[in-house]
Amino acid sequence: MLSTYVYPHFDYLTPAELHGGARRRHPVIVVGAGPVGLATAIDLAQQGMPVLLLDDDASVSVGSRGVCYAKRTLEVLDRLGVGDRCFAKGVSWNVGRTFFREHEVYNFQLLSQPDHKRPGMINLQQYYLEEFLVRRAQELPGIDLRWQNRVVGVQQEGQDGEGGVTLQVETPDGVYALACDWLIVADGARSSIRRMLKLEVEGKVFMDRFLIADVVMKADFPAERWFWFDPPFHPGQSVLLHRQADNVWRIDFQLGWQADPDEEQKPEKVMPRIKAMLGEDREFELEWVSVYTFQCRRMSSFRQQRVLFVGDAAHQVSPFGARGANSGIQDADNLVWKLKLVIDGQAPDSLLDSYGEEREFAADENLLNSTRSSDFISPKSKTSLSFRNAVLTLARKYPFARALVNSGRLSVPAFLCGSSLNTHDGEAFNGQMWPGAAMDDAPIREQGRDGWLLDAVGEHFMLLCSVDDPAAVNASTMAVFSALAAAPVPVEAVLLASGGGAAGAGLRVFEDCRGRYAERYDARPGTVYLLRPDQHIAARWRRLDAAAVAAALTRAIGKH
Amino acid sequence: MSTLITEANFGAPGEHYLRSFTPGDDFYEALLDAHRDLSDAQSELLNARLILLLANHIGDLGVLREALHIAREEV
Repeated sequence: MLSTYVYPHFDYLTPAELHGGARRRHPVIVVGAGPVGLATAIDLAQQGMPVLLLDDDASVSVGSRGVCYAKRTLEVLDRLGVGDRCFAKGVSWNVGRTFFREHEVYNFQLLSQPDHKRPGMINLQQYYLEEFLVRRAQELPGIDLRWQNRVVGVQQEGQDGEGGVTLQVETPDGVYALACDWLIVADGARSSIRRMLKLEVEGKVFMDRFLIADVVMKADFPAERWFWFDPPFHPGQSVLLHRQADNVWRIDFQLGWQADPDEEQKPEKVMPRIKAMLGEDREFELEWVSVYTFQCRRMSSFRQQRVLFVGDAAHQVSPFGARGANSGIQDADNLVWKLKLVIDGQAPDSLLDSYGEEREFAADENLLNSTRSSDFISPKSKTSLSFRNAVLTLARKYPFARALVNSGRLSVPAFLCGSSLNTHDGEAFNGQMWPGAAMDDAPIREQGRDGWLLDAVGEHFMLLCSVDDPAAVNASTMAVFSALAAAPVPVEAVLLASGGGAAGAGLRVFEDCRGRYAERYDARPGTVYLLRPDQHIAARWRRLDAAAVAAALTRAIGKH
Repeated sequence: MSTLITEANFGAPGEHYLRSFTPGDDFYEALLDAHRDLSDAQSELLNARLILLLANHIGDLGVLREALHIAREEV
């Protein structure tokens, strides 16, 4: 039992269907109230979509699971209304240090520049994230969250699944049936729905074991990620140290494939390992111990007709790089706006194929990077160990070897540059805000109030138009903006100006108060960016062209 | 006379990398892949052959002597 956290209990209520309530067909059912399922349901509800969320448990996840939440995840959580709570409770960090035997060989900085709202990472126990998301979900009228509702049967109906999906759901009061148009599966790595639908997930088990020990202690180590290769206190293996909320510290010991998981979890085995690391005099309490292995694999297709897989149900990676939960949250971010447009009849069904296309691409990048990290951390032959140690001995003095040290390539959003939703650049731009990129943040000022670009955009399509003088926007440009705002899929135009100022006709103006927008987006007066509802770049130009914007929008909603 | 490059130098002509670690990681993976399923003795032979091929490609004896010197420093 944890000493620092009390698990909330969420009440089960008998579903209306089980006491004679009318059966109706739900537009969307989400299965699994972990971080990804909750994020999906909240996003749908925020966009005005009623959603039924089912979970087989009655609390948050038990024990120590996800820890590191990346900048991009925090930006999505901001949009979902829980960013501040996570940030306030979590431990922010930007610096990672890597040691080999007694010496530091390499360190990295996650954010190379200031002027971002969120840090590179926060560390926060997963149960806090889930609890904050549950509280948020309970605030939203559109979410029907049902605890202790376990899906025991699933079937796609009609030809090509056009008839939607029916579920059999087991509760303490018996089994009942549900029907929906769309099913979102967020039931985790051992997805029972994936198994019931007989869908394969391809990949491999990684042949190594790791011991997690969460300890409570007062320590003034800096809030940084520390990673040791072959340290004197745990020879021949690696160790990772992270600070979490409530003075809980995560220590992750590599054990090797031969280790006996039951034996290794015994306090008499764990305590000496920790004392060897922290010193005999350090006072601490054991909060949680477990031994884990991991798999690197993904489903070949995240979309199965009317069933959409998100998070660990769709893909699993090694923990090195924090690419699991972080990529799952981005799945939700990518999927929800598309599903909403399709349900509303404003985009073709094929827009949902782009969910698979984009997130399978991102999953492959996550699998590639986390597999490479695992291969570096856990060499599988005498030769790979020799190369690994050679890199580490060279790294202290020679920069090229530092770049090869791989203790985890930490989660950053994939650049979806190959996506079929993008419109390719016709003009030259510097920087990294290519079509398909997740937007970089920048400080802005709106109506005299300081804020952040990423808090001011998203949930619908937007057009950022850089101008010299917001008051000087001419009538024909205003007519273009009005037409975009009134289109079936509306686009909100906003002006960006280095000096701020007021515009006519209720047009919003973002003042690029520190010049970071101009710098990060290579923007100058005339530059126009078309933004997707998930804060990704759809297209950009050096001057406003109504026909080009219309064509790019059509493409970005899958009509081409 | 050229000197040994010890700054990060991996890449492919005309290729643009989104993350600076990617070309180095690409090389490292290719290196480990080359050794896959070989015995230790076979790997040793592969390494020796690889060094000879790369040394000939570099050619410049000054650069090679510098590399030999650094390689021996912490052995």
